[in-house]
Amino acid sequence: MEYLLIIISAIFVNNILLAQFLGICPFLGVSNKLSTATGMSGAVCFVITLATVVTWLIDKYLLVHFGITYLRTIAFILVIAALVQMVEIVLKKVSPSLYQALGIFLPLITTNCAVLGVALSVVQKDMPLGQATVYALATAIGWGVAMILFAGLREQLAGNDVPKAFKGLPIALITAGIMALAFLGFTGIGN
Amino acid sequence: MSSKMHFLTDGLVKNNPTFVLVLGMCPTLATTTSAMNGLEMGLATMFVLILSNIVISLIAPVVPDKVHIPVYIVVIATFVTLLELLMKAYVPDIYATLGLFIPLIVVNCIVLGRAEAFANKNGIGASALDGVGVGLGFTLSLTVIGLVRELLGSGSAFGYKLLPGDGILAFVLAPGAFIVIGYLMVLFNKYLKK
Repeated sequence: MEYLLIIISAIFVNNILLAQFLGICPFLGVSNKLSTATGMSGAVCFVITLATVVTWLIDKYLLVHFGITYLRTIAFILVIAALVQMVEIVLKKVSPSLYQALGIFLPLITTNCAVLGVALSVVQKDMPLGQATVYALATAIGWGVAMILFAGLREQLAGNDVPKAFKGLPIALITAGIMALAFLGFTGIGN
Repeated sequence: MSSKMHFLTDGLVKNNPTFVLVLGMCPTLATTTSAMNGLEMGLATMFVLILSNIVISLIAPVVPDKVHIPVYIVVIATFVTLLELLMKAYVPDIYATLGLFIPLIVVNCIVLGRAEAFANKNGIGASALDGVGVGLGFTLSLTVIGLVRELLGSGSAFGYKLLPGDGILAFVLAPGAFIVIGYLMVLFNKYLKK
């Protein structure tokens, strides 16, 4: 039950993109096509969950143990960068087809602030490992849901005649705002 | 001297990080709930931007090309940590308001972007000026966005009540951030971008 609440809250109520504003760059950058958005969402889900588990372990058994938690930011960003590289190498060897599908998105994920944001917020909130893993996965799914919905909207938008000054990002941002307004309707569920 | 002044002014309009380059959108959307918050976030980012630009322009000639990105990230992360410790010590209230977005300056694409595009091929003076210029541009955008959201959302500016009534709450909440930035970008495209 507790986990169910975490999942619903992370996907709908506190959606990472539309309520917490993490991972906006890829949200605006690669949401032009539905297929790329889906690929990116898959890669992000995988990396966020893995990175949160690894950084949680490093925080608990290295940083907190030796009392050097002020190094958190530096340690986490290096771990995430290394992890993304490793995932890329392993995937290339083990599953070339999946690598083909996700390949180009992986290097971009290092600079996705959602990864560092989730990793930092679970240790700041003192979540136990199980809860942190579920929270990370659910948050990542929430990111994917918003991303795929938004890409669908933008594909429809691309064919429409939009005033010149609104073309491209401005109209995308306003669309995202209306979507966030819709997600605001979930406020209160699960609390 | 005047030949160098354009490094300072480019960041304000021509290379405005928010409305032209569209970089660093996460803190732009998240921390602009009021004019003051926007201003504080902008200044915090400017601090990191200036210092990392200076150091990167100094070390760029000796850093091997293959590892330059990790090296730059470590330099940036060092200044972000420094900023975190300073803010926790001297302005804990501001640190609490901006929260997660202070450590997240590490992954703000503006900082790494300026390191890659400017600081690693220019001298220390120009890089410092570029940091100030782009930092000011970012601060200005954030303050303006914060001002508009605060005015529409609660009828005040920098905490002073200007308009009667409670304002439209949605502008302080998440949807307002997207909508205000979207419309400001339209105005920017129409009147300032040549």
